[in-house]
Amino acid sequence: MTRLSTQNLSVGYNKKVLIGGIDISIAPGEVVSLIGPNGAGKSTVLKSITRQLEKLGGEIYVDGENAAALSYKSFATRFSVVLTERLKTERMTCEEVVEAGRYPYTGFFGRLTEEDRRIVRESLSMVGGERLAELPFDAVSDGQRQRILLARAICQQPQIMVLDEPTSFLDIRYKIELLSILRRLAAERGMSVLLSLHEIDLAAKISDKIVCVDGDKISAVGAPEEIFQGDTIRSLYGIARGDYNLLFGSVELEKPQGAPRVFVLAGGGSGIPAYRALQRKNIPFSTGILCENDVDFQVACSLAAEIVSVPAFAVLTEQDAARGAEAMLRAGALLAVCERFGEANGAAKPLIALAKEKNIPVYTDVAQVPAAPAAQTSESSAGEGSEAMAQKERAAEGAAGAAGEAKHER
Amino acid sequence: MKEKSKRYLRTEICFIALAVALFVAIILNIWIGSADISVGDVFKILFTNQFAGKAAHTIVWSVRLPRLCAAALLGGALGVSGYLIQTYFRNPICSPFELGISSGAKMVLALFTVVITNYFGAISNVSMVAVAFVGSLASMGVVLLCAGKTKNMAILLIIGIMIGYICSAVTDLIITFAEEEEIVNLTFWSMGSFSGKDWNDVLVIACFVLACFAGTLLLIKPITAFQLGEGYAQSMGMNVKLFRVLIILLSSLLSACVVAFAGPVSFVGIAVPHLTKLMFNSSKPAVVLPGTFLLGAVFCLVCDLIARTLFAPTELAIGTVTAIFGAPVVIAMLLKSRRKSA
Repeated sequence: MTRLSTQNLSVGYNKKVLIGGIDISIAPGEVVSLIGPNGAGKSTVLKSITRQLEKLGGEIYVDGENAAALSYKSFATRFSVVLTERLKTERMTCEEVVEAGRYPYTGFFGRLTEEDRRIVRESLSMVGGERLAELPFDAVSDGQRQRILLARAICQQPQIMVLDEPTSFLDIRYKIELLSILRRLAAERGMSVLLSLHEIDLAAKISDKIVCVDGDKISAVGAPEEIFQGDTIRSLYGIARGDYNLLFGSVELEKPQGAPRVFVLAGGGSGIPAYRALQRKNIPFSTGILCENDVDFQVACSLAAEIVSVPAFAVLTEQDAARGAEAMLRAGALLAVCERFGEANGAAKPLIALAKEKNIPVYTDVAQVPAAPAAQTSESSAGEGSEAMAQKERAAEGAAGAAGEAKHER
Repeated sequence: MKEKSKRYLRTEICFIALAVALFVAIILNIWIGSADISVGDVFKILFTNQFAGKAAHTIVWSVRLPRLCAAALLGGALGVSGYLIQTYFRNPICSPFELGISSGAKMVLALFTVVITNYFGAISNVSMVAVAFVGSLASMGVVLLCAGKTKNMAILLIIGIMIGYICSAVTDLIITFAEEEEIVNLTFWSMGSFSGKDWNDVLVIACFVLACFAGTLLLIKPITAFQLGEGYAQSMGMNVKLFRVLIILLSSLLSACVVAFAGPVSFVGIAVPHLTKLMFNSSKPAVVLPGTFLLGAVFCLVCDLIARTLFAPTELAIGTVTAIFGAPVVIAMLLKSRRKSA
């Protein structure tokens, strides 16, 4: 069953079509998110669906009825909106803002009945805004304002709620709260929710369906599992620098360029903070020895110059250790952040001893790793530098014999 | 709930205070004047036939009463028309006079007085009123035509101001080449005054203003929704286009009526709605609209009283007095909104 569907909808401004061929359908109780880069046209799509912009082609159906044929009032009892526009409410209280949501139901002078007031109170309590009721809307915080606007939209008792970037300006707590309320509305009242979101990690969690809006077209529609797979997100947002981790929904900045200068002995989550710290200091690094199901592996893929890894659930062998040693000696320094060695990764532990034996620096904290050298090394340290390089070279050669396998590179 | 009853109480107190102020202002306006009439006599004149036929009776009934009725009604009209146009533009520093309505009226009036005095002799009072009315509606119409072209309210406001300048320039041009006696009426009109109103004028004003005000009261519900902005208003099932036409039409009619009968009266339209909201601590149209009408009436009665008594027998232009009281309010508002956004 579909509650809202668009068929070959075209939207745009001033009769110029920006996005055409939009086919979205939403069932009762479903949450559908529009994601896409800034200026991709998410708001334009939403505004056309809510009739704030004239659609330029195609049709919109609500419960099988053509939305264009609905009267103002009957449209308002089906749709309610939360918009991005800033309100100038002067001296209106939060409650008065919520009360406005009863507009389609009240009589000619807009007088509220007991029933209307009950619904207003209920909507306020749904967003936890009872205590704001008497405060001027101007005086409350952004997060509270957004809650009040949500209460207003709830108060309108719609079948479909359309929200344009409702989480912008909100801190993480309010974001979670707001999205939880939306999920509750969908679950308890069977409300269909259509929203645009900037936070794709949240979109993945809240949505039943995700629509990728990409400037001139809808580039993909599907369940979050389908969208957050492969290169869809990277290409949608045109991420060339940095990375977006699909599994974690986390953003990693651009990986430091150059040959690895330190090998991070990591595992079991100990590596992630170290990787990020090294990225901030712009120190290229290699890391290992990681099972591919290790959490560290996920972030390492985005940040490390080189990863020594083994298949998921594998026990490290001597050979793996040798590959690790090779990478370590090539980097010429060891950062040992992994503190727990068990049966599976026991073979990696001797790397620390090896490093000491080969006389390369062993750090246990990222802070100890010297910052990236300036583009040109100073005169006085030049000799020392070349000496160290030569030493590194020799050490690497020695290790290369032991290691039979090629390094793992992403 | 406690907070709520406090709010209602405040609303009630404010309305009672306004009613009392209106009553006092009316009595003062009847009582004070160049002819000495005691307060006791004022009541006797009003409610008994004791003074019938005497000069005091005539002064009160034929001069002071119609004048104060006109002042009160037109003051209320100014307040309401300012409120409407502020709602329309979503800008608190704005009134029909900023949109060039009086300049438009003056231009048309200037044209007509020069033409008519040259070809038909003296211009009658009634035709002055009619011409000014048409002139103000015409200038408002031009602004509205522009409103169809742009959605940006700030731009529209500036267009209004520019149209005002153009009209003023044309008026100055006409005046430059006109003879002194041709434009004496115009000069008198552009001073702005509530004087010289008879009961016929009051009847016309009352019918017109009260009808428009009633029309405005019918719009209370959409005005409430419109306060949340056009997007929300539309989403709640409001016909925004129709609403805008109605609101600007009512505002224009009200201010055109004022311009026609009293000439340009500045600042009342800006200051009064703002003062009303401040007083009631509310922006509910159901409260603010009647409040604005009452406060506008009181404001103009007091200003008119000052205008005709301060330097009696010389009468000040009503605009002079309203500006002195109104302009500081506008300045305070500007400074306050600056502070908020900074």
